[in-house]
Amino acid sequence: MTVPAVWYLLLSAALFSIGTIGALWRRNAITIFLSIELMLNSVNLSLVAYARILAERSPELALDGQAIVFFVLAVAAAEAAVGLALFIAVYRNRRTIDVNRLDLMRW
Amino acid sequence: MELAIFALFSVLALASAVVVISHRNPVYSVMSLVVTLISLAVLFVLLGAPFLAALQVLVYTGAILVLFLFVIMLLNVEREEPAGGHRVHKLIAALAAVVFAAILGSQFFAAQGSAHTAELTPDAVALVPLARKLFTTYLLPFEIVGLLLLAAVVAATALARRSAPRDREEKA
Repeated sequence: MTVPAVWYLLLSAALFSIGTIGALWRRNAITIFLSIELMLNSVNLSLVAYARILAERSPELALDGQAIVFFVLAVAAAEAAVGLALFIAVYRNRRTIDVNRLDLMRW
Repeated sequence: MELAIFALFSVLALASAVVVISHRNPVYSVMSLVVTLISLAVLFVLLGAPFLAALQVLVYTGAILVLFLFVIMLLNVEREEPAGGHRVHKLIAALAAVVFAAILGSQFFAAQGSAHTAELTPDAVALVPLARKLFTTYLLPFEIVGLLLLAAVVAATALARRSAPRDREEKA
């Protein structure tokens, strides 16, 4: 028995919301970053699920969805590298990456 | 069979995602994100995208999360102490996320509730058409992504340097 495609979409919505809660709740910058990675991945899941749905109409469109996920993966890798380097630079200057204590630009 | 695998790994993904955002120790958060991402890779295989599943394991769990672990250990991140006095903020955040999930879910149902997935055929999971597409239709984005990765590596190295070159000249 095949799984209805909408279940994958619902799972991705649930994972995205868990990631949103994490990004809003946590104060450790690394955990916030992990939550953002979780959100990126849930969107990837929905893209692949849509690719599978569209595969029934035309195989060409299915490959478009998979190609986009490929680019998302590459951009996520670049984002992780730069973000973590930023954390190292911030930690070196402030001795903390607690986002509540990084309030220099707060009015 | 497909249903059983989907059920197992979606529950695993959700449970470990909850651990990611709730555990106080960031090392455990990273480890449970590994579980989430590998579960998602299994779901990618179920959806007929074995190439993306392999990439997910290699790039995400193999490279990105190792980078996270490396930085956590480099910074010696202390455990987060429980937050005080932000209960209202947390409640609003959780409420907003749940409402968002409900809206998103209902929209998915409205749009794709009756959609069923095509049976997987060897042609549907073949790698050659995807490779051809990446190197023809998406050739320009492909090259730009390569440039972006190079720029990211250079930027990361520049940001994480111990001291700016200017300081070193002043000391010398």
